[in-house]
Amino acid sequence: MNRNDTICALSTPPGMGAIAVIRISGPEAIPACEKIFRPAEKNLKLSDAPSHTLHFGTISTSNELLDEVLVSVFKAPHSYTGEDVIEISCHGSVYIQQKIIEVLICNGLRMAQPGEFTMRAFLNGRFDLSQAEAIADLIASQSQSAHDLAIRQMRGGFSKKIRELREKLVTFASLVELELDFSEEDVEFADRSKLLDLILQLKNEIANLLNSFTIGNVIKKGIPVTIIGKPNVGKSTLLNALLNEERAIVSEIPGTTRDTVEDTIVIGGYSFRFIDTAGLREAEGKIESIGIEKTWEKIHQATIILYVFDATKDSSKVVMNAVSEFSEITEDSTKRLILIGNKTDKLSELPKGFREFVDHETIFISAKRKENIHLIAESLLKSVRQAGITDTAIVSNTRHYDALSHALEAINSIHEGLNTGLTPDLLSVDIHKALYHLGEITGEITTDEILGNIFSKFCIGK
Amino acid sequence: MCMDIYPKYDIIVVGAGHAGCEAAAAAANLGSKVLMITMNMMNMAQMSCNPSIGGIAKGQIVREIDALGGFTGIITDKTTIQFRMLNKSKGPAMWSPRTQNDRMKFSEEWRRTLESIKKIDFWQDIVVEVLVKEDKIYGVKTGLGVVFKAKAVVLSNGTFLNGLIHIGEKHFSGGRIGENASKGLTENLVSLGFDASRMKTGTPTRADGRSINFSVMEEQKGDKHPKKFSFSDTEAVQGQKSCFLTYTSPEVHDILRKGFDRSPLFTGRIKGKGPRYCPSIEDKIERFSSRDRHQLFIEPEGWNTVEYYVNGFSSSLPEEIQFEALRKVKGFENVRFFRPGYAIEYDYFPPYQLTYTLETKKVENLYFAGQINGTTGYEEAAAQGIIAGINAHLKINHQPEFILKRSQAYIGVLIDDLITKGTDEPYRMFTSRAEYRLLLRQDNADLRLTPLGYQIGLASKERYKKVQTKYTAVKELISFLKEESADPVEINPIMEKKKTQPVQQKSKISNILLRPQINIHDLKQGIHSLDNYINNLDSDQEEIMEETEIQVKYQGYIEKEQEIADKLLRLEDLNLNEKINYSKISSLSSEAREKLTKIKPRTIGQASRISGVSPADINVLIVYLGR
Repeated sequence: MNRNDTICALSTPPGMGAIAVIRISGPEAIPACEKIFRPAEKNLKLSDAPSHTLHFGTISTSNELLDEVLVSVFKAPHSYTGEDVIEISCHGSVYIQQKIIEVLICNGLRMAQPGEFTMRAFLNGRFDLSQAEAIADLIASQSQSAHDLAIRQMRGGFSKKIRELREKLVTFASLVELELDFSEEDVEFADRSKLLDLILQLKNEIANLLNSFTIGNVIKKGIPVTIIGKPNVGKSTLLNALLNEERAIVSEIPGTTRDTVEDTIVIGGYSFRFIDTAGLREAEGKIESIGIEKTWEKIHQATIILYVFDATKDSSKVVMNAVSEFSEITEDSTKRLILIGNKTDKLSELPKGFREFVDHETIFISAKRKENIHLIAESLLKSVRQAGITDTAIVSNTRHYDALSHALEAINSIHEGLNTGLTPDLLSVDIHKALYHLGEITGEITTDEILGNIFSKFCIGK
Repeated sequence: MCMDIYPKYDIIVVGAGHAGCEAAAAAANLGSKVLMITMNMMNMAQMSCNPSIGGIAKGQIVREIDALGGFTGIITDKTTIQFRMLNKSKGPAMWSPRTQNDRMKFSEEWRRTLESIKKIDFWQDIVVEVLVKEDKIYGVKTGLGVVFKAKAVVLSNGTFLNGLIHIGEKHFSGGRIGENASKGLTENLVSLGFDASRMKTGTPTRADGRSINFSVMEEQKGDKHPKKFSFSDTEAVQGQKSCFLTYTSPEVHDILRKGFDRSPLFTGRIKGKGPRYCPSIEDKIERFSSRDRHQLFIEPEGWNTVEYYVNGFSSSLPEEIQFEALRKVKGFENVRFFRPGYAIEYDYFPPYQLTYTLETKKVENLYFAGQINGTTGYEEAAAQGIIAGINAHLKINHQPEFILKRSQAYIGVLIDDLITKGTDEPYRMFTSRAEYRLLLRQDNADLRLTPLGYQIGLASKERYKKVQTKYTAVKELISFLKEESADPVEINPIMEKKKTQPVQQKSKISNILLRPQINIHDLKQGIHSLDNYINNLDSDQEEIMEETEIQVKYQGYIEKEQEIADKLLRLEDLNLNEKINYSKISSLSSEAREKLTKIKPRTIGQASRISGVSPADINVLIVYLGR
């Protein structure tokens, strides 16, 4: 626990909402926010802004505008925690929430531990001692639930992947420590190429996991499925039919899906998460084609894409044009495109010659009457089983992302050190760093564990 | 009864091993009146196992003891028969001095050293009882029935408490082969409420050098330019003795296996847990059955003895099996034996019962040091001895405690590990146990610890001044290197010789020193002004150059580690009151509650190192601390 650094976290309940608040506390709160916030008022500097003021502007990464936000400035000691505090009120999309936190972490902030804001508040004298026990209980219970959540998230691919990483890192650390503490022993030391090989594996695997976060930053759990299609083809109705409840706002007016609708359904033991259809609506509102970059980004996040068209209006030619636009996905063996012809309730029979003309899996349904919805469910399940999609590890937790990116940083230093012939005692400085950060996800790796590994694998002791 | 015959002491040290000797010397040199009680004054500071001091991590510890004002380093230097600086191919944090020593001379030198300290009295007897009143110690009672009174007592009984020696199916009481065990004291301490447990260790056979054929073995000589342990003006060894390497074979293993059914280790007669890093030969064969040979390291026991120590052949198999097998080892075909290897089980007191000063939590002014705390190794024992001796003296004189932090010394790592994590196998130091390895180097032990030793009055003023002079010279030399430039014409011949890129233009000398291929001697040779500067240094040229080189070459890494150490140090400054009732803090996990109650950590930092105490528990504790 380091009390001098700056922490950030989502302060509103996790998940989708109309708006979300991200809180930052610590000495770097204002400077870090200044780096990513462009105030609407041209000459405004947050560091000069008085305490308890509200500022409108935008947040962007180096190459992308993320959101329009309101930033509240609270200066020490007149804040919740007693430190400099910034609160960013952004739109409620999970994508935006996570992206903003990701950018903050890239700027040197750390994810807050459960209860850490409250604890800082207490330590800075914002509460009296009589409240101590209540806060302590709160921390304990929050940690417990955070732990449960972490466990639940660490299912399947991710937990397996992390276990493998941990094992590899312990092996690597053991091989290096072996050379240091047991250089006088009659054991065979790993040559550099073996170490290099191990570190490259680690590097690739962590980099891949980190990538999966960028791809899947909207995914909390489940296999990502995006429903796309032109306005008013019945995407929301379909989603409702799938969710079997009236979650999305449905109307005859195109573009009435105001917010991201996200939910998970379990089919045959697999979770499917339907994501961010609002982003598409926005894109479609501007341009008919869904070729613009931002939309593609959303599509890339998905593993399965349901392309919905209006079976009463769209000709097979229109549908084929759409399919060809998705060649990137149809050619990717880990992804799947399913065409959904909706509104069969308004048709007496299926469009003539459609099957001959459209050479792609197509399911005709009536979302309104919930007809043939089970065919979609079966197809989703089939896709998963065929592609083995669940085996892909996905990082979905910002804290994990934070830890992994720090671990990667250390691994990169180790890699560089190996290439420049750094002695193992110096390599070990970065190994300890990597172990520490991975330990933030998996639980601490102790020197006892490394020594135990050495003693079990090598005959030590003359 | 006869108070005049038996004077009252400040401190009694029980046991004259490596821990007891350092404890007695430290306490007496600080000014306490000390009585040392040992069962046999002929065997003080025995090297019960191999005749060697130092090695990786252990060598660093000896340098630290020396820097504080202890004697292990000095006595080692005086009795060295071979010196090697291990790990010289690695970075400076790994350089570890190790010596072979004359076992008999080592013991003799320690006795002479202690006898020269006026404030130490000696008594040959066995201590059977510690005398405690109102949870405070006031003396000890011996086997002869004599009562000695003192304000504080240090127990450093080694492997003698209920020691049980095993050789094959034979087992008998003993503290070391040929010496009696100490009985009664464990029972006495347990009746006072202490937890006791059993550990096991072992030692190999000793052989007659006149019957060993060294010509077929690989010789391992000492360093060409031997160094030494002590920062004081002891002398480096001259004319060293060699060690020898040989190997076991499948044939040897087969013979040893014949005795497995009579092995006390495999039949379960030995209950205590032995060290994983120092297994017996039978254990190695059993656990690593795919290996068809194991290395044996043959060490001379002294200048003037034919006795050799067969390192790597530790065993508790029946003696005839040990002998038969060893005779099949190359070079040992005609060997005659002095004595067989054996295993020994002994009582220890799990060290979570101690505080940072090594005082017991149960009985005030009672200190434990050495193997009694579950450690192994002369160096680990000596380190605890000096800390216990210093603190016993400080305590009875109402002075503040003397505690070394993990970022200050291996000794700090050792004691923090012991009292925080406990140990269920004999604890040995490894450099990997230290999180700040680059800071805890053997070369800078004087800088780290001599000022502290001087402050409490243990290290002499002379030593303190020497450290100041040395590091001032280092600082000045570093400035010189950072300010002065090297001329390409002057330096490039050296660059070429060392196969590194020539220098294009005038460059700061310190920058050239950063190149891995270049050392400070190369630069001295190539740069006239530097050569002049160094030649004009008053003394310790070599030491100053070495220290300067380390500080320049590794500056980046050292700073990185120092930064982390400073960061974590804040947790070490958050003190936990020992009176906190953890069982009442409902927000703690039940495991944390139990562990915290048992260990009573001194600081938040220590609490965070207890296994089973989670970061969430630490947060809860911080909240409870208030601010």
